[in-house]
Amino acid sequence: MVRIGMASCGIASGAVPVYEELRSILAGESSVEVKRVGCVGLCFREPLVEVDMDGVRTIYGDVTPEFAAQIARSLLKGELPESHIVYSDKAEAPENAVLDGQMRVVLKNSGIIDPEDMGDYVARGGYKAAKRAISEMQPEKIIETIEESGLRGRGGGGFPTGRKWRACREAEGDIKYVIANGDEGDPGAFMDRSLMEGDPHSVVEGMIIGAYAVGAGRGFIYVRNEYPLAVKRLSKAIEDARRAGFLGRRIFGSGFSFDIEICRGGGAFVCGESSALMRSIEGLPGVPRVKYIHATEKGLWDSPTVLNNVETWANVPTIIEKGPEWFRSIGTEGSPGTKVFSLVGKVKKSGLIEVPMGMTLKSVIFSLGGGILKDRTFKAVQTGGPSGGCLPASLLDLPVDFDTLSSAGSMMGSGGMIVMDERTCMVDVARYFIDFLSDESCGKCVPCREGLRAIQKVLHDLTGGRGRKGDDELLKDMAERLAETALCGLGKTAANPVLSTLRYFPEEYAEHEDGYCRAGVCRGLFVASIDEGLCVGCGSCKALCPAGAISGRQKEVHRIKASACIGCGSCLDACPVGAISAARRDAP
Amino acid sequence: MTSRATEAPETEEILRRYPPDPRHLLSILLDIQAEHRYLPRETLKTVSDYLRVPEAQVYAMATFYKVLSLKPKGRSSIKVCMGTACHLRGNVEVLRALGEHLGISPGETTSDRAFTLEVVYCLGCCSLAPAMMIDEAVYGRLTPKKAISIVEELQGKVMAK
Repeated sequence: MVRIGMASCGIASGAVPVYEELRSILAGESSVEVKRVGCVGLCFREPLVEVDMDGVRTIYGDVTPEFAAQIARSLLKGELPESHIVYSDKAEAPENAVLDGQMRVVLKNSGIIDPEDMGDYVARGGYKAAKRAISEMQPEKIIETIEESGLRGRGGGGFPTGRKWRACREAEGDIKYVIANGDEGDPGAFMDRSLMEGDPHSVVEGMIIGAYAVGAGRGFIYVRNEYPLAVKRLSKAIEDARRAGFLGRRIFGSGFSFDIEICRGGGAFVCGESSALMRSIEGLPGVPRVKYIHATEKGLWDSPTVLNNVETWANVPTIIEKGPEWFRSIGTEGSPGTKVFSLVGKVKKSGLIEVPMGMTLKSVIFSLGGGILKDRTFKAVQTGGPSGGCLPASLLDLPVDFDTLSSAGSMMGSGGMIVMDERTCMVDVARYFIDFLSDESCGKCVPCREGLRAIQKVLHDLTGGRGRKGDDELLKDMAERLAETALCGLGKTAANPVLSTLRYFPEEYAEHEDGYCRAGVCRGLFVASIDEGLCVGCGSCKALCPAGAISGRQKEVHRIKASACIGCGSCLDACPVGAISAARRDAP
Repeated sequence: MTSRATEAPETEEILRRYPPDPRHLLSILLDIQAEHRYLPRETLKTVSDYLRVPEAQVYAMATFYKVLSLKPKGRSSIKVCMGTACHLRGNVEVLRALGEHLGISPGETTSDRAFTLEVVYCLGCCSLAPAMMIDEAVYGRLTPKKAISIVEELQGKVMAK
């Protein structure tokens, strides 16, 4: 059995010609099956080809079409090539730790099954949980099971799922809905994309169980516009499920009828907010509603609605199958289960990982992530996307769990984990997130619409060399007011990137008020400076300096003329020995 | 601007795909956008009539959702990802280089209507950062040089047509 990772990352890395090569050589060879699968879990080594021979897995990474041909030809002889191995069940391989260190529950089928083949899903136990739930369990019992499991929303809020389902079940009304939020708007997050592309049936099955439990007859999966492959795979899954009778009327011979429709987003981050998402399905602009109107009572078309993230739904079949005690045995007391994270940024092994809640940030970043790119120094990790915060090195021992992250001033969010090094400017990071949020604000409430613009102006002044003493106090004040008065989650949590960077990196704000950027990011707010003790005279910096400010001969120490340096930062990254740093403009 | 767009069979065909229920407004507009590369003014009225929603609501949708555009977009859309991972890994420079090469700023379309340059937030390929998407193809591990050569190759193909 040969599997090729062909989710969006695989395809973008060049998996299609690899697949074509394997298919053309192995076509007609009945002893070898070539299967296209979703995310394998070693994203940073795509294209990946896995060979399953006699129950032993070997995964090849960075596969080119030429090497794919080599794999195919070896297989025809019953052999396996020895090079390019990144993972092996029976021998040491460079990335064994990355896969073995994970606990793939939500992603258990991803990278193993063909996501467009329902037979694969069923062969691995798919739809057994739905059958059991509908034929043998009462809706009340299903809700109790989810409550006992302690499952909390995986989209960011961490709201107890069982409690949400119960509220919907108990709400008045004959017409109820379930919705899967596949909008995944956090920049830097692609967990939901991989799940929808790699194992779409898991979401469908979860929704069938949930709909039965709360009494919903229709469901919607809202997928952001930028994920056409996810839309395609989910559509196929729904069609196949219908044909098999898992969706439609009288499911599993019961009186329960349920069907699912897919809705595409229109490119608006705010539509990831539950009430905005519902307005979007209704054919309206995605403008949120006040939070005290609970969707479980008045949601989609003012009917009781359960909206959960796709990752939350994907956990449901496994909880029904293995039981709530099993789920509770994983993770922490307050946050049972696993979580899929997107570990990206200045980390060596960037990609998706699924781990039990409670693993420390340090383990995630250094054991699974392989540490910082180019062996630089860790500076911060941003969790929770634009609604989250940056956590410094002093907090690396924090276990990853809903409550510990929010008490530290960040939040779990949807699972994005963005690693930053000393070449990241924390004021610039705040500016980046506020720019994004300001652009995405729906405009309905004054605190968010006007407040974000006011905060944005101060941050642009700071990063543009127009900072003034007291800007940090002003930012803190505005951000705190915004958190208190904004109508929806977008506005309320917009304060977090600002407040967390102010809390943990106050010296950088003070320096920017003075016109200095120590990370060498904000153009013009520093001059590049060469440490003569480290310089090896390679000339890389001189070659790309756009201002001709660097002089020096080959193999001799180079120097930068401060008055000519425009503070662009190009040389800081070019130096192979890290000899260049950002110094103050007016340093003696 | 002519009313060719509304008389065009494509718009009628798109409307026929959906029952006249207001909830299909976004899907219809997305399909029209995909077909014409923008929402011609007349189609707003046609859709408003078909779904029986106020034209103002159609206009509100057209100006709220970023995928929808009232101005023609280029044949190819270059979407440079400015998601956090891509931003950190250098897409700011890639965007600048592409803008210079094409002679336009983000959000604009080249005068020959071949390319629109846009910034998007997160294509979901963060391990390939920095990345960009041109139509449905994703290109990763970009440098300014690599991005320009990808576009040049596409420009060569466009000219050949």
